[in-house]
Parts: sequence; C-alpha cells; structure tokens
Amino acid sequence: MSTQPLSLVPGSAAAPRHHILSVLVENKAGVLARVAGLFSRRGFNIFSLAVAPTDNERLSRISIVVDVESAPLEQVVQQLHKLVNVVAISELAPSEAVERELLLATVAAGPDVRSQLIELVGVFGGEVVNVGPDRITVMVAGHPEKVDDFEGLLRDYERVELQRTGRVALPKLERRPGRDQGVG
Amino acid sequence: MQLTGAQALIKSLELQGVEVMFGLPGGAILPVYDPILDSSIRHILVRHEQGAGHMAEGYAMTTGRPGVAMVTSGPGATNVVTPLSNAYMDSTPLVVVSGQVSTAAIGTDAFQECDITGVTMGITKHNWLVKEAADIPRVVAAAFHVATTGRPGPVLIDVPKDVSNAQMEWYWPESLDELDLPGYHPVTVGDPAKVRQAVALLLAAERPVIYAGGGILKARAAQGLLEFAERTGIPVVTTLMARGAFPDSHPLCLGMPGMHGNFTAVTALQRSDLLLALGSRFDDRVTGKIDAFAPEAKVVHVDIDPAELGKVRVPDVPIAGDCRLVIDELLVALDAAGLPHDDAATRSDRGAAARPGTAAAGRPDLGPWWARLRDWQARFPYYYVQEDGGPLKPELVVETLRDLSPVDTVVVAGVGQHQMWASQYWRFDHPYTWVNSGGAGTMGFAVPAAIGAKVGRPDRTVWAIDGDGCFQMTAQELVTAAAERIPVKIAILNNAYLGMVRQWQEMFYAERYSEVYLSPDLPDYVKWAEAMGGVGIRVETPEEVAPAVEKANGIDDRPVVVDFRIDAFEKVFPMVPAGASNDAIVVHPDQADRPR
Repeated sequence: MSTQPLSLVPGSAAAPRHHILSVLVENKAGVLARVAGLFSRRGFNIFSLAVAPTDNERLSRISIVVDVESAPLEQVVQQLHKLVNVVAISELAPSEAVERELLLATVAAGPDVRSQLIELVGVFGGEVVNVGPDRITVMVAGHPEKVDDFEGLLRDYERVELQRTGRVALPKLERRPGRDQGVG
Repeated sequence: MQLTGAQALIKSLELQGVEVMFGLPGGAILPVYDPILDSSIRHILVRHEQGAGHMAEGYAMTTGRPGVAMVTSGPGATNVVTPLSNAYMDSTPLVVVSGQVSTAAIGTDAFQECDITGVTMGITKHNWLVKEAADIPRVVAAAFHVATTGRPGPVLIDVPKDVSNAQMEWYWPESLDELDLPGYHPVTVGDPAKVRQAVALLLAAERPVIYAGGGILKARAAQGLLEFAERTGIPVVTTLMARGAFPDSHPLCLGMPGMHGNFTAVTALQRSDLLLALGSRFDDRVTGKIDAFAPEAKVVHVDIDPAELGKVRVPDVPIAGDCRLVIDELLVALDAAGLPHDDAATRSDRGAAARPGTAAAGRPDLGPWWARLRDWQARFPYYYVQEDGGPLKPELVVETLRDLSPVDTVVVAGVGQHQMWASQYWRFDHPYTWVNSGGAGTMGFAVPAAIGAKVGRPDRTVWAIDGDGCFQMTAQELVTAAAERIPVKIAILNNAYLGMVRQWQEMFYAERYSEVYLSPDLPDYVKWAEAMGGVGIRVETPEEVAPAVEKANGIDDRPVVVDFRIDAFEKVFPMVPAGASNDAIVVHPDQADRPR
C-alpha cells in the first residue's frame, strides 16, 4: 500500500519513489507465484499488485507498483523478462500513466455522523454500497492520491474495516497539439 | 499412433537426441522407467539422486549438450535440488524429469508428494507441471529449447503418475511456434551501434583487459576470443568458469583473477582503463569489494542475459548478445575502424621490444602496459615450497598430475582449497577440459561430475581433484562408476580438514578451529575405494607421487582413488579477504616484501 507522501499534482517535479509496471503474462497456474517469488528473492519491494484477466483468455495483466529505490527499474524489468511466462512489460512513469484504485470501507455510522459521512462520500464521487443499523460500507474509486485523501479523512471516524485494491494503470494517450487531454 | 504418456516422454527424449540419462526410479516415476527397457537411451543407475544431477552437469559441461536426469517424486525430486541450483548458478543446460503423485492426489500431502515446481521455481530457468499426456511432446521440446538457448540453464518437467499412464495420440512439434512460448525470445546479435562504440573505446585504451567468463564456453566462442585477442594484443584473464576458454600457455593469457587468482590477473583488472567483459558477470569472488573494483576502468559488457548488464557494475557500453556472434561483430568493426592486421605485433611486449615506436597513428602503444604486466608476473608468480623431507605439498601433486597426464585431460574439482590449487596449477590449454562448481560452491560435486564427464567424453582421461571433505559427501557414486565401467580417477588432496574453512579460521578467527577436523585415516580411503569396486592407492611422500599417478593413468577398466596425504597447514595464496578491495590482495609470505 502506498503510504509515503506523494505530490498532490500528478506528474509534478517531486521525484516519485514508485513506478508502475504493467506486465502481460500467460494465464497459467503458478505465474503469480513466479512473479512474486522473483520480487522476493531479488529483494525488490512492491507497493501494490493487482491481477486480472484480459480480453484474451490466454493472457492476464499484472499491475505492479514497484519501489524504484529498492532496485533500479531497468534491473527489475530485465529480471521479469527472464520469466518465460512474461509476454510483455510496459513501464509507466507516474506522469505517463492514468492510474486508478478502488477503496471499500466499513465505518461506524451512528445517527450523529451518518449524514456527514454520506456527504463526504458524495464529495469524493463515491457510493454507499451497503447500509446496516449502525454501520455503512462505502466505496471510492479514482486516482490513488484521491483515494489516499479519502482514507486520510476517514481517520476522523471509527473505521471497522478497510480494503484497497492496489492500483491499475494504462499509458496516457498522446496529446494532440493545442488541445487539452482531459482528465488525467 | 496411441502411446502412453510415459512412452511419449521417452520417445520425445530420443527425438531430442538424448543418448544417455542419469537417474533412479521410484513409485511415481515407475511408468516412465518401463519404456526405458525398449529405448536406445543408455540409463545410468545412480546411488543417490544428487549424483544423477551432478553427472548430468559434468556431461553437459564437457559435451556442450544438455544433461538429462530422471528422479521420482518427493525425496527423489528434493535430492536433485542442489544440482539444479548448481546448474542455475553456472548456466549449465540440464533437463530434469521428476515423477509426481497422481493429479487427483496433488495438494493432499500424499505419500512422496512434494511441490517440486514450487521448490525449484527460483533455481530453474523454467519448470513445467504436466497436466495432460497430450502435452508431453510439446513440453519436452520446449524444455530442451529453453535449457539450451539464450543463457543456458536447468529446467524441470514434473510428470504426475496418471499422466504417464494415460493414453495420448502421438505427435511431434515441427516448429518453435508449436512450443507455446509466447514470452521467450532470447537475444543473439549485438546492437551494431554499441559494437562500434565498444571498438572506439578499445582502440583508445592504454591499459585494456579482456575479462573472459564462462559465457565464452557456453557460446562456443573460444576460437573467436583467440582471434580477437591476437588481433588486438589485449591481455586476457580467464575466470574460474572460463578456465580453458583461452589457452594458459598463450603469451596474452594472464590466468585466473579473483579471490585466489594470481597477482597479475587481479591487479591488471584493478589498474585497467578498459575492461572488455565477455560472458562474465562481475561475481563478488572476482570483483572483491565492488565499490573499489577497477576504479579507473570504463566497461564494455557483453552478455547474452540483458539482466546481467548493470546488475553489479553499470557498463559504459552494454551489449546484449551471444558472445560468439558479438566477437564476430567486433572483429568486423575492427576492420571498419581501420585497425591494421599486424597491429597486435607492434603493441605486445614482444613487438614493442622488437619494433619500438611503431604504434599506428591514433591507437596508444600497449608496450608500457605489457611491461607492467610482465613485471608483476616476474615478481608474483604462483608460489610454494616443497621441502626435502617435509610434508607433501598439494601444489606438487597437481603439477605432477598435470605433467604426467594427456594434455587434453578433463579436470574436475569440488569446492575448496583443492579446487583453487587445481585451477591455479593445472595448465588449461583446451576448452571444456575444466569442470567445477563455481557460483553455487557445491561440495561433493567432483565425483559424480567426473563420472558424467567421462560418460560424455569416454576418449579422454578424466581426473577429479577432490578434497577429503568433498569426497565423503558423494563418494558412493564410485559404486555407480564401477558397476557401469566408467573409469574415472580421483585424486584426494587429503589434509584431514575442511581445508578452506580451516584456512579462514586460521587467518580471520584467531586460529580458533571450530568443527573442521576430519582425520586422515577415518575413513580408510584405500579400503573404501576397494569396497566400491575400484583401486585404492595411498601416497605419503613427494617421491611416491609420480609412480602413483603413472599407475593410476595405466588403469582403464575401473575407478581409481589416490589418497594423497598432504600438508594440513598449506594455505591457498594469493588471497583477497572476503569483502576487501582487490588492492588488499595477500600474497604468499615469501613474496610479501616485494615491491608492488
């Protein structure tokens, strides 16, 4: 989980400690263990890791947020390439990627704070996904820094459980000259 | 044609050209042992599965062909873990087939079940758990392709018993596309722009050194290396894994660098202004303290594994490619750069003396560099003293073995002092004549590896130079050698100690000897050799060495063990203490006062 202070503006001058690797792997038994084992035995640190199938049923995509201070990115990439089941690797610097992450949290929500909480979730574009007598479960998705901010604000409440997915990312699209790129 | 999975497996091995395999049967691999009775493949029955793995390594290291071993599930498979790790560290192509419990029983802690693909994930280039009999030909073909291409290495195929017993329709993959390896694309040819940059640096260097590693042998590039070195007049060091990749007798050869390398090879790297690393990986045993290694040198690093480029030392010019192909490219680039074909003659020490001042325009004269190298060689050769009436010195044993055995003898070593003396005092003039455990440092490697080497090269004399500690770890394989009529020769340098550990305790632990004494007489090596179907000879004095070696060289129908009782207190010199800079190299005490 990303816990270090991050710049609030994606792609700003602050040197990032993390880098995102989008790794296309064969969808075979044991592949995740091979990737995780490689990071472990080479001493590379992972901030987060997310795995999902792709539209090609033979391939899965692993999104790994790597601590580039634990090892040079080039070395991590070259070692990953040596895994026979790794088909392709895209390196995404934070400034060159669109990143998203999802957070689920169950929070104590008595009558005194319930409306406050729902309002806060609304400000972050989230949803209330489950409601109990004295607790609610909320969901916020977005840029990981936005999710960090939301998680930080939840500290003022009694959190029962909290789970984040780890980030997924794709490369930013090329800008057309003279036009805005839209939401980053 | 319908075959069982087991029949398909053996047929696939035959189609891969396998002539010999090393193994030991058991429950889960039983179905695969049945068709071996009808196969052209020679199976050598070992006494312990570790022996099978090391034999396959010895076979691979001397023939250049993949070694094949077969074991059963559980303990059979775990016993071959050490050879897999050893082969992974030394990039030796190995295909290990292991039996596995039936697919329905996997994950239930069944009898002799072990998750061997999980265990060996980090010490194989790749491994496969075969789930369907129909996959067997494709997986075997893929396994040999992965083991032998790119940076070679060990692979493992785990075959559940029900998969071996199941029927399948026979086929054989006709092309690489059918191997289902979408992520496997080893590099071969170097980037031409990088090759030109490398040549520019080489021709500008005043103190260049070729740092040749085991990759030269893997790429079968020894001939290219010779041509390149002679063309440029650049000195060559050969690492422990590259002994024989460049002839020791050649005037351009400086020998072995590293922790127990000779002073000139170690110091040449340290003082160099350009290192051409060919198939070497900046191992800590070569570099010493990495921050202090070759501080003035620019580095051109050629390796088939892109992950080696910059792993330890960031190169000025990284070239990912096969050493043989890249050396060919370098030679072409030398022509393109206009290097005269007699250039080396004008620059080596011989040429500089004969034709002073003939350095071609632009390229620095290597004469002064060669003068320094020759001076170091004269002042700091390998050195030992055999005193009259004193205890037998191990260096004398190695020199006598060398001088009385054929020049193309294959020498095999375990790990420790004996390994270093063998590498230092043998004269390696031919590739593929040196077999040892480098990266992993596996004690007990020598006896089984020598057997595998002799199986691969029955025309050659094979001498294992072993330590008494190492010998006791795997000696039982001499029973295999006797039973299979594989006449290997074992020279035990018996100092009654775990000698290298004893040396470290003497030098770095204030002579506090902890758990290193073994006894010269227990076991009785002569009786043990005889009990295993071999000949045993004991040697206690320098005078007995040559007759014993001649007697052993005359025996060609069974294994021979010579128990050389050597000086227990002899140390290996030079030595760079672990973690120290190569500049802190400790030479033999008799050389310590000489100016460097």
